[in-house]
This record gives sequence, structure tokens and C-alpha cells, in this order.
Amino acid sequence: MRRPLGGGRRLATPQWIAAAPFFLYVGIFLLLPTAIVVGGAFVDSNGLSLSNFASMNQRFVINAFINSVVLSATSAIIGAVFGALLAYAVATGNPNGVFRRLVSSACGVLAQFGGVTLAFAFIATIGGAGFITLWLQQQGMNIYANGVWLYQLRGLVLVYTYFQIPLMVLVFLPALDGIRPQWREATESLGGGTWHYWRYIAGPLLAPAFFGGTLLLFANAFSAYATAAALINQGSIIASLLIANTLTSEVGLANPGIASALALVMVVLVAIVMVLYTVLQRRTSRWLQ
Amino acid sequence: MSRNRRLKLQIFRVAVFLVLGAFFLVPIGAMFEFSTRGVTEQAPRTLNAWLTIAQTPDLVAAIFASLALAVLTSLGMLLLLVPTMIWVRLRLPHLSRVIEFLCLLPLTIPAIVLVAGLAPIYLWMNLNISDSILTLAFVYLILVLPYAYRALYTGLAAIDVKTLAEAARSLGANWGTVMLRVIVPNMSVAILNACLLSVAVVLGEFTIANLLNYVNLQVAIALLGRANATVSIAVAVASLLFAFILLVILSFFGRPRARVHPEDPGLPFPGLAGGGLR
Repeated sequence: MRRPLGGGRRLATPQWIAAAPFFLYVGIFLLLPTAIVVGGAFVDSNGLSLSNFASMNQRFVINAFINSVVLSATSAIIGAVFGALLAYAVATGNPNGVFRRLVSSACGVLAQFGGVTLAFAFIATIGGAGFITLWLQQQGMNIYANGVWLYQLRGLVLVYTYFQIPLMVLVFLPALDGIRPQWREATESLGGGTWHYWRYIAGPLLAPAFFGGTLLLFANAFSAYATAAALINQGSIIASLLIANTLTSEVGLANPGIASALALVMVVLVAIVMVLYTVLQRRTSRWLQ
Repeated sequence: MSRNRRLKLQIFRVAVFLVLGAFFLVPIGAMFEFSTRGVTEQAPRTLNAWLTIAQTPDLVAAIFASLALAVLTSLGMLLLLVPTMIWVRLRLPHLSRVIEFLCLLPLTIPAIVLVAGLAPIYLWMNLNISDSILTLAFVYLILVLPYAYRALYTGLAAIDVKTLAEAARSLGANWGTVMLRVIVPNMSVAILNACLLSVAVVLGEFTIANLLNYVNLQVAIALLGRANATVSIAVAVASLLFAFILLVILSFFGRPRARVHPEDPGLPFPGLAGGGLR
């Protein structure tokens, strides 16, 4: 019997071959580096060992991670609170209005505005010769009387909130949009006021989205490197700077084994936070999407 | 809503917009102000810093390198993702979860961690293949995967790929024609989105280029910043404006009409959770 052309013929090669280039590429440039980091953390000059983790037990390493956690948590909480307020202010407006679209686009741009450009923007604003600094000096106030805090942890918190707030707006706004006006009407028809509405209805519904957003902001700040690198020229006060400095030290102190160990700790922490975020995101979507 | 409540709400909204609007616009204004300063405090405003950009060869080289990387990354992303996603959608639907997971993985792995593992790979590549800055395109493709995947996925979900493909095949088209002449023109908006997002990510990338010792646009700005603050801030403003214009174009073409699928984790924008921009 003659075989029909085209559709009836069995492919000589299996169908997944077409997807192979993708897997190969991702394997080489994503999975392999991750494996190198994970593997490299357990290897030192003598072969397989845990010495990299042992040498992490030093004051400056622990301080760097503590600083990173403090920085990420602070900027996450500040970003979450102000971001939620801004999202609420946007959500209660005209859903198709120009203003809403403007703020959404602006948040989209600002959430990706980071790194070197952001650092320089803040240097231009409140740096040593910054716009606001000079203006305040003319009014008689010297904000750097006790040292230039812009290039320290406090400064980093301020700069980080610049991209944390828009990110929170982007993540929280869809949840706010999911709140139906009927729920407010139902509360009022049952005799409840604003307090009852927020305490028993909107609060519990929005809580997973809010805390999920906070977690996302935390992971975002924890992984950030470029902004801190542009602001802080020397030293490694946070974990990402520490990893960078152990990777490519100009003074010859580079140690890829320790860098891998530090990177492994960072990726485990971020992964845990992201898993929690995904769990909270699923809870949010049950009612609000 | 009672009048009292409405009034309180309006006051709240105005206050929030004023305060946060100032917080966000002041640094950007300050950048403009800084980059147009004269030599002394009393000197008039000047565009000198901006004009010097073209006269700094290192900077110009870095700008061209970044633009070339942006183009290469976009092309590579399209070549890699579009055929794969179409094929998986049509023939290998059980693989779509795996592909989605792999494409969203770069969001969880911070760029700083990725570069720790890339250092030996790039060392090998520099010795055996090429040490041009354009080899960064390989990594940048990974960085843009999450955003490109989302954009392309929404585009594919909005059209009936199966019917189009079957119709074309029944008329005798081979797979190349199906993909290139039937499906791709129907997802042109999504492809444009994916490309614009890729360009935005590549132009803003700093971490990986810096730690692998390449000088791209952001690294050049950072290096220059230590020497000549005004010019580097002028370049920073220029690159910010460029990215802003790209994303505004995106917001006009961009909003896909189809519903985004329910498990979407809500991370549509570049630079999130560690991809080398922050």
C-alpha cells in the first residue's frame, strides 16, 4: 500500500529534536554555571571539602550577610508600605483614565531604573555636590555633618526604595483591582463601617498579596549588585559586593571557591523567599483574579 | 459612597501623588541639572558635557558595543525562542511546563551568582573562541529569557496556532513556511515587545559585564563617573531617556488583548529580582 506523502509518514527523527537547541543552550549558559557554583562551593585546592563554608565563619562575612538582610528587609518594608499606598491611590481612580496609564507606565520604567544610572541620579541629588545638598546648605543645613551617609547602608536603603516602590505598585495593583465594589456594599448593608470592611474583608484578602509583594521586594534587594557597586567604591558591606570582591579582587585576594560558597548561600536564601512568594501568590489569585 | 468618605479619599490621593511624585521626579531633574552645570557656580548652564560624549572614544566604543549586543541578543532570542515555543505548543505540549520553568529560572538566580559560575566558562571561551565583548550576547540571552518568554507566550496564546498550522500544512507548506510566513506575522506585536524588552535589559546591564571585565555602556558610565562626573551623568540621562522611550513605545503597542494566564507570577518588567540591572 502506498504511504501518503507528508502527514502520514513517520518522522525519521523524534519530535523533541526540534526543542533540543533550546535545552542545549539553556543547559550550557544557565544550568552549567549554576552547577559550577554549587559544585565549586564544595571544592577547594585539596579537592572535595567543606573548607569554603568554614572560612565563611568570619566577622566580615557574617556582617555582610546581616547588612544585606537588614538592607533588603528595610527597603522591602518601606517600599511595600508606600507602594501599597500609591497602588491604592491609583486603583481608586478612573480605571481607564490617562492618569492611571501614566502612573503604570512610569512605574514600569522606574522599576527597571537601577544600577549605575540610579546611583548617579542620587549622587546628583543629594551627593556631596548635589542639587538638594547645595540648596540645603544655602538654607544653613548641612545634612552630611556626621559623615556622608549616602555611601553607606542608610544611603543604600534610600536609593533602593526608589525602585522598590514602583515594583510594589506593579505587583500589588492587580490584587487591588480584584476587589469588587459589591463587597463594600455588602458590608454596609449588613451594618458594617470602614473599620469592619478593612478588618474582616479587604484586609485578609489583600494580606497574601501584600506580604507576597514584600517578599518579592526582599528578594529583589538581596540580589541587587549594580546600584551598590556604583555607590560604594571600596569595601564589601553587603553580600553581593562581597561575592564580587572575592570573585575579582584587584589585590589578589580572589578566591573562586569562597565566592561560590557565598553565591550558593545567596541563591538558597533567594530561592526560599521566591518559593514563599509563589505560595502567597497562589492564595491571592484564589479570590482576587 | 458618602460625600465625607469621597472627600477623604480625594485628599489622600492628592497627598500621595504629590509626595511620591516629588520623590520620584526630583532625582531625575537633578540629573538634568547636574549635567548642564557650568564650570563654576556662577557660570551659565551649558550643554558642554553632552557634546563631550561624542569626543570620548572609550565611551563611544562602549555605546556601540552595547547597541551591537542589544541587536545580537534580540536576534538570538528570536531565533532560539520563537521556533521552540511554536513547536512545543503544536507538538510537545507536555514540555511547555519545563520550558516555562527554565525560562523563569533566571529570575530566581541572581546575576551575581550566575557570574560566579560563568567565570570559568568565559575564561575557556576567551582562550579558545573569542574574547570580544560580543560574546556577552550568550549570557544576555539567558537574562532576557523570562521577559521574552512572557511576551511571546502571550502573543502565541492570543492566536489559534493549531488551526493556522494545520491549514497551512494542508495547503502544502513545509514547517519553515508555516513558522515564518503564517505564524510569525500574526504575533508581530509580541515579537516587537520581546525585542524592546531585550534591548532595555541589555542596555541597562552592568553586573555581568563588570565582573567578566568587559566594558559595556553601564560599565563605561561607572568608570567615567570616577573621572568626570558631569559627562557620565549626561550619558546616564541619555541612556535613561532612550530606555524610557523604548518602554513608552512598548506601552502603546504592548498591552496584549488576551488574558494573561492565571499562574503568571506578576513579574513583567526587566531588572526584577537580580537580573544584572540592579
